[in-house]
Amino acid sequence: MGKLVTDSRFGDPDEAYVALIEARRGLTEAAAAALDTRLVLILANHIGDVDVLKEAIALAKSVR
Amino acid sequence: MTSASAAKAPRKAQYRYGYVRSPDQDARTTVRHPVVVVGAGPVGLTVSLDLAQRGLPVVLLDDADRIGEGSRGICWAKRTLEIWDRLGVAAPMVEKGVTWKLGKVFLGDDPVYAFDLLPEEGHKMPAFINLQQYFVEHVLVDRVCDVEGIDLRWKNKVVGADRRNDGVRLTVETPEGEYQLDADWVIAADGARSALRDLLGLGFPGLTFEEKFLIADVKMSADFPTERRFWFDPSFHSGQSALMHRQPDNVWRIDLQLGPDADVEAEQRPEQVTARLKKMLGERSFDLEWVSIYRFNCRRLERFVHGRVIFVGDSAYQVSPFGARGANSGVQDAENLAWKLAAIMRGQADAALLESYDRERVQAADENIAHSTRSTDFIAPRSAAERGLRNAVLSLAPAAMFARRMVNSGRLSIATVYRSALSTPDETLFAGSARLGAPVPDVPVRGNDGKNGFLLEKLGSGFEVLHVKNGARPHAPEGTKLIVIGEDLHDDAGLFAQRFDATPGATYVLRPDQHLTARFRAFDADAVRKAMDRALSGGR
Repeated sequence: MGKLVTDSRFGDPDEAYVALIEARRGLTEAAAAALDTRLVLILANHIGDVDVLKEAIALAKSVR
Repeated sequence: MTSASAAKAPRKAQYRYGYVRSPDQDARTTVRHPVVVVGAGPVGLTVSLDLAQRGLPVVLLDDADRIGEGSRGICWAKRTLEIWDRLGVAAPMVEKGVTWKLGKVFLGDDPVYAFDLLPEEGHKMPAFINLQQYFVEHVLVDRVCDVEGIDLRWKNKVVGADRRNDGVRLTVETPEGEYQLDADWVIAADGARSALRDLLGLGFPGLTFEEKFLIADVKMSADFPTERRFWFDPSFHSGQSALMHRQPDNVWRIDLQLGPDADVEAEQRPEQVTARLKKMLGERSFDLEWVSIYRFNCRRLERFVHGRVIFVGDSAYQVSPFGARGANSGVQDAENLAWKLAAIMRGQADAALLESYDRERVQAADENIAHSTRSTDFIAPRSAAERGLRNAVLSLAPAAMFARRMVNSGRLSIATVYRSALSTPDETLFAGSARLGAPVPDVPVRGNDGKNGFLLEKLGSGFEVLHVKNGARPHAPEGTKLIVIGEDLHDDAGLFAQRFDATPGATYVLRPDQHLTARFRAFDADAVRKAMDRALSGGR
């Protein structure tokens, strides 16, 4: 473990949360899930580090 | 917030006051007053006290003859307490109130996140106290009755407002019929259902949230800790959120989310309320003090100043209750308005100064609406898709700091930093926690009498100049009061130096509401005078 940053990096975390909420406002669950999947691909590519990606997957799978 | 309907559960008028006939009702011609404040809630009482303390007589009208009807606002923020301390009423509130700083957030029945408000040392007032609104109002009314210059008239309901160029003619209904009075200025502190807003025909645009909440004050002796507890989806109230917060006298505020489709009538029946609370509280015995169902709105008037009628508090805007941003913001409206109106009425400033009340407090209202809307988005997702994102944040919260920072059960009220034309822009950099356009931070100081105290309680009610000793005592411009740090007050703890980034000679100009309006590295009487003129002229 080691490269994934889980500290808060947004100056205003509430603003980031609202951006994500507003992106899915009015969408069905299926449409929101599809949006999320596209976002995962876009952000994974932006990170561009497969080790970090694997750590993030492990963290996401570790909680209910 | 707005009650969906009247509660049937116990309601107590905590304090009752009497209607008294005013000589104005028997006058042959309509009597004229400089200021009439409409509404004797926390905001109307505060603005009346502040104006009276500045030497202006006030007529204060209220349509009821009692305070009470539940705790309503319970959470009072540091800046509010500082304002009330300046007005001489904070001490009994702080003494009675519950001081808290720890908050815990639960997902299901498991704690996921705890926050400590970590109040900075060296402030006279605590970060927050919890205190029933009726107690606050009682202290304020007592003070209103003690000071000179406030004519408080119960059972005086405003039913007409005729706006004129130089004032307003009000029609007032009493148990003994109607009478009229003239006011140079009217301050509308008449709450969310403002009669004055309707009489002026003003729109009140915004959002209504369909989500309904049960609010209950419960009296019980319980050994729960003094902390704010917030649950998302607890087993005792599945699928919804719950809040528990302590008040004095073994009273606990409980807030249960009911969803948008709740049956308002059924949910208010005492047996239904008791059943819900028993699931939460177990078999311990408790008494219901107050119950209401509410939903809420986020909206505001486009402008707070309408000629000679000025709106303050809930009459001007409404926010969701998450974050204690309603009444706290209203009290800060009162302090912003009082010194400006006093300066105008004394001829020290032009009526254009009120434009800055409008701009500064609209900025504050917008911040409060934005924060409380974000909290609402988190607490009450509007769809399954939104709930999915919310629950993902909560599930990651125990494992990842970034998710904990996104958990939003209400961002608590702090004072707004005004982006104001009244402020003189900094010419040099200042570090520290003092911010241009914000109330100055409190710090411990020692007076020449050897007594330890705090900076804010040493300030007067006008423009103040704080100057760090650097040789001979300078001459402050007329209309200001000079305090020399190191000569009049002593910074033994070094916190003034730290919080104000003070260097020898540094000079700070404070507005009468204790907001920092200019600061300089050296004393220059001309610069101080210009800063004060700028603040009084509305920044032109």
